[in-house]
Amino acid sequence: MLTIQNYVQAESLEQAWQLNQKKSTRILGGMLWLKMAKNTVGTAVDLCRLGLDAIEEDETQFSLGAMVTLRQLEQHPGLNAYTGGAAEKAVRDIVGVQFRNMATVGGSVWGRFGFSDVLTLLLAMDSAVELYRGGVVPLEQFAAMDYDRDLLVRVLVRKTPGRFAYRAMRNQRTDLPALTCAVSCLDGEYRAVIGARPGKAVVLRDEARILSGGITPESAAAFADFAAETVPTGSNLRGSAAYRTHLVRVLTRRSLLELGGVQAWN
Amino acid sequence: MTNEKQDPRRGEYRSIHKPVRKKDAMQLLLGKPVYMDDITPRDALVVKLLRSPHANAIVEEIDTALALKVPGVVAVYTWQDVPKKRFTIAGQTYPEPSPYDRLILDRHVRFAGDAVAIIAAETEKAALRAMKLIKVKYQVLEAVLDFRTAKDNPVLVHPEEDWYPPCPVGGDNRRNLVASEVNGDGDVEAVLANCDIVLDRTYHTRAFSQAMMETFRTYTEMDRYGRLHVISSTQIVFHCRRILSHALGIPKSRIRVEKPRIGGGFGAKQTAVCEVYPAFVTLQTGRPAKLIYTREEAQIAGSPRHEMEVRIRLGADKDGRIRCIDLYTLSNTGAYGEHGPTTVGLSGHKSIPMYTGGLEAYRFGYDVVYTNLQAAGAYRGYGATQGIFALESIVNELAERLGMDPTRLRDKNMVREGMVMPSYYGETANACALDRCMEHCRQMFHWDEKYPVRDMGNGKVRAAGVAMAMQGSCISRVDVGSATMKLNDDGSYTLIIGAADMGTGCDTILAQMAAECMDCDVDDVAVFGADTDASPYDSGSYASSTTYITGKAVEKACAELKEKICAIAAEMMDCDPADVVFAGRQVRRAGTCQAVSLEEIGCKTQVFSNRAAVATASHSSPVSPPPYMVGMVEIELDKETGHVTVLDYMAVVDCGIPINPALARIQTEGGIVQGIGHTLMEDVQYDRSGRPAGSSFLQYKLPTRLDMGRLHVEFEHSYEPTGPFGAKSIGEIVINTPAPALAHAIYRATGVWHRDLPITPEKIVMAAETKR
Amino acid sequence: MELKLTLNGRPVTDHADPDLLLIDFLRAHGCYSVKRGCETSNCGLCTVLLDGRPILSCSMLALRAAGHSVQTLEGLQEEAADFVGFIADQGADQCGFCNPGFVMNTIALLRENPDPTDDEIRAFLAGNLCRCSGYDGQLRGIRSYLDSRKKGGDRHDQ
Repeated sequence: MLTIQNYVQAESLEQAWQLNQKKSTRILGGMLWLKMAKNTVGTAVDLCRLGLDAIEEDETQFSLGAMVTLRQLEQHPGLNAYTGGAAEKAVRDIVGVQFRNMATVGGSVWGRFGFSDVLTLLLAMDSAVELYRGGVVPLEQFAAMDYDRDLLVRVLVRKTPGRFAYRAMRNQRTDLPALTCAVSCLDGEYRAVIGARPGKAVVLRDEARILSGGITPESAAAFADFAAETVPTGSNLRGSAAYRTHLVRVLTRRSLLELGGVQAWN
Repeated sequence: MTNEKQDPRRGEYRSIHKPVRKKDAMQLLLGKPVYMDDITPRDALVVKLLRSPHANAIVEEIDTALALKVPGVVAVYTWQDVPKKRFTIAGQTYPEPSPYDRLILDRHVRFAGDAVAIIAAETEKAALRAMKLIKVKYQVLEAVLDFRTAKDNPVLVHPEEDWYPPCPVGGDNRRNLVASEVNGDGDVEAVLANCDIVLDRTYHTRAFSQAMMETFRTYTEMDRYGRLHVISSTQIVFHCRRILSHALGIPKSRIRVEKPRIGGGFGAKQTAVCEVYPAFVTLQTGRPAKLIYTREEAQIAGSPRHEMEVRIRLGADKDGRIRCIDLYTLSNTGAYGEHGPTTVGLSGHKSIPMYTGGLEAYRFGYDVVYTNLQAAGAYRGYGATQGIFALESIVNELAERLGMDPTRLRDKNMVREGMVMPSYYGETANACALDRCMEHCRQMFHWDEKYPVRDMGNGKVRAAGVAMAMQGSCISRVDVGSATMKLNDDGSYTLIIGAADMGTGCDTILAQMAAECMDCDVDDVAVFGADTDASPYDSGSYASSTTYITGKAVEKACAELKEKICAIAAEMMDCDPADVVFAGRQVRRAGTCQAVSLEEIGCKTQVFSNRAAVATASHSSPVSPPPYMVGMVEIELDKETGHVTVLDYMAVVDCGIPINPALARIQTEGGIVQGIGHTLMEDVQYDRSGRPAGSSFLQYKLPTRLDMGRLHVEFEHSYEPTGPFGAKSIGEIVINTPAPALAHAIYRATGVWHRDLPITPEKIVMAAETKR
Repeated sequence: MELKLTLNGRPVTDHADPDLLLIDFLRAHGCYSVKRGCETSNCGLCTVLLDGRPILSCSMLALRAAGHSVQTLEGLQEEAADFVGFIADQGADQCGFCNPGFVMNTIALLRENPDPTDDEIRAFLAGNLCRCSGYDGQLRGIRSYLDSRKKGGDRHDQ
């Protein structure tokens, strides 16, 4: 049972940051994971009154407030137009509508959970996080950072011209994924992101220029082989390392073929 | 397609065979407070259990002093505080086949999750704080975690001297053996030696959880007479009363058990999983107490299915005649023996009879063993599910080996109406439409088109699988159902039962039968149940028995009540009872226009009357007529990911005459989806201490509405002469076909037989890789 | 701490501990329709509407609802009665324990999408587990309600 001694709806980011300097403080996201914790939280800080619950879109970027829900992500027309529906596809199988009405982008990204569909998706885009003290940090760099006492304020996604494809393998439709895979072509640069390995998502780039001649069944298969050889996988209840490596190959190839318009998958 | 020759009413009914709404439907759908935690006081003591982290250990020291100092903590009990007489919590007719191997708290804890201490506090917070402060020193013992090594293992799960089996079922606690038997008919070895083909295969099923939405929960208080009043989410009020009497050492006359609405059971609540703990607290403190299991507790210390390994040797001829079945089941009852000796019996006795057709010999042997894992219990299907997965799979393997259509192979071998079934206690299949179920399903499913494997491109293939199933309709010569029918002064009736509606709709179904008998509307019959103080004795709702057994008791009670009503009416009309006719709303005097209304009769019983318009009847059956079923599934299998999409699941069921076709259909659909869950996604793995890894719904994945495809259920009627209005059972059989049918379809798609459930995408891919 | 919110249209003020979950606050205020089926935000039984959006009341601090409007099935009896009779006609209520959460989320679905396809219904309700019905009966009930509404059928609550 979770124990919380004090609950504060922060009046400002500064107040939230100050409170968060104590180790026993927790910043609340959707609370869906925190609720299962058995430890004691000194002060739970809620950012709900700071206007961070909107997706703002302008010419150059999307700005996702930390309190934006996964359901907002799923239903945002601009984001889905930009990602070709990949945003919706990435989150629509996460538990249920009620859960996605609560789970926040800030919570998902801050947690840097291995199984995160959201992190996998965002890493395939030109994304950064805006930290209260740390400023704007590229998401890939943030994902590798240790947990500290800073605040995640927003996730920023630049509208770099690109295409995206997302797929995940789930043993049951609304389960945590056994593997996630997002691929993108951003300004001509290919990227594949593999998550739920079960470790944190990793980003692969086409450094060997396997896809430089475009996506064909052969080049997609070659890149998928490269991904399967490169991406470290492990075992947990949702799959063994060997199965996951197999899935890395399958999902990467399929996603690339979809990205290249070679073959559509349902 | 009612077999009208046998149905004396030729399908013409007023209240039965109609899709009547459940009597409680609108209350449930509008969220009214009808469950245990909704209707009991909020200020009862909160009861929590400290559970062992070890699979096998002795509590050497336990110190509760600090825990007792937590403000709000009222009591903490340990093994030293409880009665020393062993009992079983299995809800079965006395004397129970299950061994007496439990204490309320035992110094010897036998699985990770076994109760070590009972905490009672004013609030949940205080109870949980206290739990953390109880200091326990365990002597950790080696544990038996693999049931294949349990028999005659030097580590004994139940070394105690006072282990006691009330029935002789072949158990021996010095061998970790709960039950053991071999039976058969004919010379198995001789027939096998003589068969063209003998398949020898072993199948494995796991300890799947019922996962009913409402976890185990019980409220207890001392009532105004100083008796222990128990309000529990249970299927078995009368057995529960006896179990509490045994466990607490108080007479049954001091205990009253009732059940409110139940949030699902599926057999889990045929075991008194949690009742003894709050009851003990109330007896000790005199205060109301409430225990509600968390989902985690329900998953790790509940009463799941028995894990079984079933080995079959199947002998057949080249033309597809199945001549011999030799079936051996090893069943894992876990740390305690609830339902261990009985579930295993169904793995053979409710699978082999399906092939009575040309069977020359069968043998069925089993061992049921203790291990240091969560104790198993009753779960819908009750052993038949495990046996049918094995037998239907091996029959499919035979068909594929012979290159025969598996439905035609079954046509050749299946039991048919009128056959005597040696492997089913010599009973005769008086009502059996299995052959019609097969033909009907074949047509409906378009089997001939869907059976061939179809490549859909993109690595996906479509394939189909088939399975048959049977079950029983009661425990023959054991189960007792009873019903009391009362005429009220407004001419309405009250039907009082001891069977437990756990959502299945039996209150409504029994009222439909009463209305049919009394020629009134279903709305004219109010139903009350179940309460040991008020209800006539009923074994409880399990073993598929309520419609068949309690239904017949309703029929009998109605007949007796009619006679009594007629006698009162005759007295009122001053004539001989033989001269009056019961006519629904009134009783007429034959050959005259004289009549008295039910209201008048009801009122008469309340004024200067020596006759009660009440009748109680019991029913028991020497036979347990099997319902039958055929299920066919079409899947799309992604060969690259191993993902199985269920496209269509079609089933045809012979449950005799369905009393309420809408509820029969829902039972079938619900059972199929549970079966799909066990087959494809409900995984049961353990950590190193033997604790199930699927201890929450985060890890133990039930099928959602996106996981089950399209269902299509139809019925083939037969008329069971011993059942009420020709009815047999439906509640359990419906869970039995998905595992073998899906395993078959997956074989068709991949060329690999999966003999171990669940068949996860990983297993499908890895097996295909190995094969390549 | 003091908590003020609107519960089923009525203002409620009460004390709430910082770690009190909304589900427990609601049940303590007589909203017994709100059920707990798991501890891991997986079952959907505790679904309530927060400012009209379906959420899991087991996963929300009561204090987080301060200043917001919370609706439970107790407050939406008429809206529910409009369609639940069709589910009763299928017998799909079964044990009933998942019904309130399922009905609440169906209300949310029909407000957002008054004429959903079967697949849209399945997708929206995917987070509502049911162990009894096998789901198809629930779907048939909703479908026959939608069909009857198209035909201008009467309210069906008897």
